[in-house]
Amino acid sequence: MSQPLLEVENLSKHFDVHHLDQRVFAFSDVSFRLFPGQFLLLRGCNGVGKSTLLRTLYRSYVPKHGHIWFDAVEGRIDLASAADVDITALRRRDIGFVTQFLVARPRVAADELVAEPLRLAGWPQDRALDEARRWLGEFGVKRELWRAYPTTFSGGEQQKVNLARALVLPQRLLLLDEPTASLDAGARHALIRRLGALKAQGVAMIGVFHHPEDVVELIDVQLTLAVKEMADVAE
Amino acid sequence: MNLIESPPFKRDLDAPKLNCTEPVLTMRSVSHRFGDVRALNNVDVTVYPGEVLGIVGESGSGKSTLLRMMNLEDIPDQGDYRLAIPGATQNLFALDRFARRMLRARHIGIVYQNPHLGLLMRNSSSGNVAERLLISGERRFSALRSRAREAFDASEFPLERMDAPPIELSGGMQQRVQLAKALALEPALLLLDEPTTGLDVSVQAMVLDTLKRLQRDRPITMVLVSHDLGVIRTMADRVIVMRRGRVVEEGLADQIFQDPQHAYTQSLVHAKL
Ligand SMILES: Nc1ncnc2c1ncn2[C@@H]1O[C@H](COP(=O)(O)OP(=O)(O)OP(=O)(O)O)[C@@H](O)[C@H]1O
Ligand SMILES: Nc1ncnc2c1ncn2[C@@H]1O[C@H](COP(=O)(O)OP(=O)(O)OP(=O)(O)O)[C@@H](O)[C@H]1O
Ligand SMILES: [Mg+2]
Ligand SMILES: [Mg+2]
Repeated sequence: MSQPLLEVENLSKHFDVHHLDQRVFAFSDVSFRLFPGQFLLLRGCNGVGKSTLLRTLYRSYVPKHGHIWFDAVEGRIDLASAADVDITALRRRDIGFVTQFLVARPRVAADELVAEPLRLAGWPQDRALDEARRWLGEFGVKRELWRAYPTTFSGGEQQKVNLARALVLPQRLLLLDEPTASLDAGARHALIRRLGALKAQGVAMIGVFHHPEDVVELIDVQLTLAVKEMADVAE
Repeated sequence: MNLIESPPFKRDLDAPKLNCTEPVLTMRSVSHRFGDVRALNNVDVTVYPGEVLGIVGESGSGKSTLLRMMNLEDIPDQGDYRLAIPGATQNLFALDRFARRMLRARHIGIVYQNPHLGLLMRNSSSGNVAERLLISGERRFSALRSRAREAFDASEFPLERMDAPPIELSGGMQQRVQLAKALALEPALLLLDEPTTGLDVSVQAMVLDTLKRLQRDRPITMVLVSHDLGVIRTMADRVIVMRRGRVVEEGLADQIFQDPQHAYTQSLVHAKL
């Protein structure tokens, strides 16, 4: 295989909680490589730092040591130290983050919310909305809700809108933090089908799954975070 | 262990590697005193095309002063200010008052918390917007009218009320008139100083939504000051945190809220959660 898409070297993260004058260690010296189309399952017990690792890769959290080399079209870039504008640009086109939770906005309909990443990528309004509605349907959001505001949706409905929005545009790297938690079976299958299709297109993924058996067919690599320092990589 | 002194946050001054576009706004080493008050202390700001930069910080930290400098209403004791607009290659703070006024009228839009600062309250709303267009050299009545309509339309202001004076309008509508005036000449930079503070929560949501829509349909470079962290969270791509005239932290909006580094930012974010 060619270049790794992602090469993480000795990545460490802690939090300094100033009002307690306390340092909370999350993980240290994590290293791994990920190639296009590979799926890495991230494991470890509660509180070990799985979500923290995903957020650090996405740069919602500030990395403390180490490197996150990403093979961008323009060349390799270290996400650990890249300028904020570069991170914004990469999030628009290359790196997606999928959680359970939707950030709904007042007076923005479900289909518009899902179409937004496409609009930002330059799709015309009509095509973007058509595509958005197709994915809302795929994830099992009722047709009568497509034009409604998700602020009033049930938790499960919001989660489906969120998945449609996060997966509507194929990106090169997807970070998945328990996206299946509390989904009904239909939506869970739609999600796994979509992930399989994206993987076949060369999208690389790092995921935390409460029930890894759901995605067993997708897994190429597993990385287990352990309390205290060392992380083990198994192929 | 001493955690209290966080390293200075200057990452965004590093040259971006992917994004080859030039910043719209570059301010360097801006300092200003009012008597004994150091309102701005060595402030650096960079704003890139199409992004929304949020500015937060306690009362008196220098946010409005900084925005007035960006709007070229005031000039600081020292500092350098560049905007990527045609024909402006020098430090804009070095321009004379007239040149600053022309540049502001043509290229910068502003919305103040207090509509009295931005509008003539007893003139018609359309007149307020047309006044701005006149500066651009447009003199034909029909063209003025149609461009004003476009600006009101973009601001989601009901066109049938275009000729009412702002004083007869609700607070939310007055803010839309300010926005229409700001947008009338397609500004390179839109400055918003507490644009929704004091409005009812539902009206506030509608004004913000208008800004979001604008942003999506034709990206406008915005600098948004707000006390309301919820507003900043929904609107901003990046955030700078000010305290006592200094920038104490800057970062991606989600980072500032989820993993604030500086002790002051931590207290600000946690107080509002
Ligand atoms: N923003 C933060 N500020 C301070 N500490 C944090 C922050 N985020 C996470 N932590 C701490 O980092 C550690 C790892 O948490 P994390 O959420 O990454 O665990 P996890 O492996 O995802 O657990 P779970 O399986 O329960 O989701 C915890 O001790 C947590 O309290
Ligand atoms: N024209 C002026 N003359 C004297 N002092 C001034 C003037 N303008 C601002 N200041 C002082 O400069 C400091 C910064 O004020 P500024 O209005 O920029 O704060 P701010 O961050 O916008 O606060 P707020 O959140 O309350 O609007 C304050 O101490 C203020 O009293
Ligand atoms: Mg977690
Ligand atoms: Mg102010």
